[in-house]
Amino acid sequence: MPPGHCATPPGGFAPVERFLACVHCGLCHSACPTYLALGTEADSPRGRIHLMRALQEGRLALDADAVRHLDLCLGCRGCETACPSGVAYGQLIEAARPWIEERYRRPWRERARRRVVVRVLTTRWLLRALLAPLRLLDRLGVRGQLRPEGAGTGAGAYSRLGRGARVGGAFRAIARTLAPHASARLAAMLDLLPASLAPRAVLPREPASVDGDAAAPHLHLVPGCVMPELCGDTVRNTARVLAVNGWRSSVPRGVGCCGALALHAGDRAAALAAARCTLDALVAATPAENAPAIVATAAGCGAMMKSWGELFADDLARAAAARTVAARVRDATELLAQAPLSPPAALSPRRVAYHDPCHLAHAQGIREAPRALLAAVPGLELVGMEDEDLCCGSAGHYNVLQPVMARTLVERKVAAIRASGAELVVTANAGCALQLEAGLRAAGLTIPVRHLVDVLAEAYAGS
Amino acid sequence: MSTTIAPPPALARELAAIVGADGVITDLAARTVYECDGFTLERAVPDLVVLPRSTEEVARVLRAAWRTGVPFVPRGAGTGLAGGCLAAPARLVVGTSRMRTIRAVDVPNRRVIAEAGVVNAEVSRAVRAAGLHYVPDPSSQSACTIGGNVAENSGGPHTLKYGVTANHVLALELVLPDGDVVPLGDGVGDGLGYDLAGVVCGAEGTTGIVTAATLRVVPLPEAVVTLLAVFATVAEATTAVSAIIAAGIVPAALEMMDRTIVAAVEAAFRVGFPTDAGAVLIIEIDGDAAGLAMTAALIADLCRRHGASGVRRAADEAERAALWKSRKRAFGAVGRLSPSYCTQDGVVPRTRLPEILVRIEEAGLRHGLRIGNVFHAGDGNIHPIVLYDERDPEEAARALAAGRDILRACLELGGSVTGEHGIGVEKMVELGLAFTADDLALMRRVRGVFDPEERANPGKIFPTPGACVEQRAPRRQAAL
Repeated sequence: MPPGHCATPPGGFAPVERFLACVHCGLCHSACPTYLALGTEADSPRGRIHLMRALQEGRLALDADAVRHLDLCLGCRGCETACPSGVAYGQLIEAARPWIEERYRRPWRERARRRVVVRVLTTRWLLRALLAPLRLLDRLGVRGQLRPEGAGTGAGAYSRLGRGARVGGAFRAIARTLAPHASARLAAMLDLLPASLAPRAVLPREPASVDGDAAAPHLHLVPGCVMPELCGDTVRNTARVLAVNGWRSSVPRGVGCCGALALHAGDRAAALAAARCTLDALVAATPAENAPAIVATAAGCGAMMKSWGELFADDLARAAAARTVAARVRDATELLAQAPLSPPAALSPRRVAYHDPCHLAHAQGIREAPRALLAAVPGLELVGMEDEDLCCGSAGHYNVLQPVMARTLVERKVAAIRASGAELVVTANAGCALQLEAGLRAAGLTIPVRHLVDVLAEAYAGS
Repeated sequence: MSTTIAPPPALARELAAIVGADGVITDLAARTVYECDGFTLERAVPDLVVLPRSTEEVARVLRAAWRTGVPFVPRGAGTGLAGGCLAAPARLVVGTSRMRTIRAVDVPNRRVIAEAGVVNAEVSRAVRAAGLHYVPDPSSQSACTIGGNVAENSGGPHTLKYGVTANHVLALELVLPDGDVVPLGDGVGDGLGYDLAGVVCGAEGTTGIVTAATLRVVPLPEAVVTLLAVFATVAEATTAVSAIIAAGIVPAALEMMDRTIVAAVEAAFRVGFPTDAGAVLIIEIDGDAAGLAMTAALIADLCRRHGASGVRRAADEAERAALWKSRKRAFGAVGRLSPSYCTQDGVVPRTRLPEILVRIEEAGLRHGLRIGNVFHAGDGNIHPIVLYDERDPEEAARALAAGRDILRACLELGGSVTGEHGIGVEKMVELGLAFTADDLALMRRVRGVFDPEERANPGKIFPTPGACVEQRAPRRQAAL
């Protein structure tokens, strides 16, 4: 349906046509990670569509039960790939979430948790401040002692952190104060962090090419909220790999959050506020001619920005600009696979399994490009893996808010990785990489997980 | 008959003790999604849904229900198209979605033992590496379960050459309504004694709950050729179908889509169908590589002689997969044409296909509705898809009436009221038209051998006095 074609009923969140597109065939079931894990239809896409419609029509009360089933949705959109009717499930659930937040009062603890998680992940300075003690521990080379290889998750991880904090009196005091309150969620959050933090990414404000070629095509890079702090290497490597392939990239001043995390949490106002800043910054930085492509380093950001037209549909001042900008957004793999790739050098021979990030495969339909790039690296042998495009449980902040289901899903993934015989797992989204790494670590496996651009950067470093 | 007894609260507690608290669904939100399957015209929210994980748990659940006199409805993935797992009049749903273990893959003896909740496509996936596959391939094979396939005796495009589910079941594990677990069939298909597994196939859950099936798996054909033939009219296409069969060729599959459906699947999948075509045939032949090309040429020639404007051969596996994807997901793609649709399922002798298509067109005109056709032409199994808008109750009623007219036409032409979707609640009345009272009484006695008290999926299949078509006007609620 074209936007604006169908009306949302008063007090509702989605036009009824969006629901009618679902013909109740159930083909989405086997593409839904939570249905596969639980076998309950209220935790399947068809079931959730049924619930959402019943809620909108007032046939069901908005209570803790209904909310629980919708909260458990990862928003992976695997169902959209399976759906023959073209149901825009992602749009439905994203419209339902703010509607729920406006009408349903969660217990205070949960409310606080949701707010804190989104705020921390989308506020660069806050995230930086919270990661600072870990960086210090990394620099002193002692964080490894806090989390022995293969240690399970649970509150224990946090008390280990407290014990190991002997190195810094102040941090120890903080840890001791917090330890009794340490929850499984906090522990799970800490377990998700990479084994060692790469230096923060310093964002290139001025476009630079490999050999100073000022005529090289220019790109706008959107590094996201979390990646520069947590995965600095991957941000740097994205710019590097693009440069090797003849692109100059820069991050325009003012570019920050795309709004995805807030929107997934149901905070539409915060999502719009954040996205507005980034949209305005991108528009301001765009020259009158030859608008550069926009590369998001995270699949979730790319998917969000590609659907900015929908997000800003009611913002008359920005709707047109949002559509124009959305049309410029590309994933790095998409861009790299379009042109002949600068040949990478051989890496040590390994069998590689590729995990499809949901917001790349399902939301953006990008499946072949990353595989083609991997196949272009001599030495790497791509092996098939069961359920390559089934969500790993990362899903933005899902693994922090829904640690139990996230763990179930990553365990399934780990079993598939193990069965594939892969010696290296590659994915094209940092969140998935962290989740898979944590899952493999918890299972006591030492199979490394790399971001695709990190692999390419390594191969280029050798050539 | 104890068919309207609701499960008492004490039963919920007893069942929770058997399957665990997370295996019993009592909250209204979660129960609401179980109010219908793929047949959405009738709904009933169950009082209780229980999801056992093993045969033993199913047995204990049914025993508990038996003791309290509570009837039950078995449910797989809920992809059925005739309301076979409607939670009415029984209000306890026993779901097999958590029984997803493939118990054994026996490659030397070419069989797989799969639990009821295993998805159809997973069986083939489990033996793919050994060069084998499980043949019955309903369009919903990526989601529908083996338990549901057995209950409906499901078919699929490839049943033309290879037969339906019953032809691929070597043994069943059935839990009777009183909780007894009985093995049916010897697992090798030698058929000593009565074929009781054959009776249970297609019984739509009225004999108890099938918890596992021993399935025959067969080698993948050495070679496959898939052809797409384009015709100006459905009449030409169906005549070509008869000509192909009359020539002694047994295609692995022979499927037809009419103009309406071609437009829908082309919009959904962009396979490259000519959207101005009146009908297309997808013809697949398989077997030894030698001779296949000759058969393909013969089919192409027959198609052209019967008016095909073009015959294309799928160049590679990707093109073949795209053709089949379009065919198998055609029902869903129809969602793009219309807010709601109702898929009918009837059978006519192959040679009467041109006549039934005329009758379908007439039914559409008479009721002022658009009807698309996508079906297994090779075995005369038609699937008219009646498009309507569920928000208009009057139009929904006309959709039902058009479907009924078509089924009656099938009977008049010497066919049947269902090829593979089953009777469920949708066609109880039509079953009464297809069989005499004596026939139906005999069927009931067969069912009574397994389920004398009619506790297993009561109120399905058999027409009940008073449940006449007119009273069965769409009882649908406003929601989906």
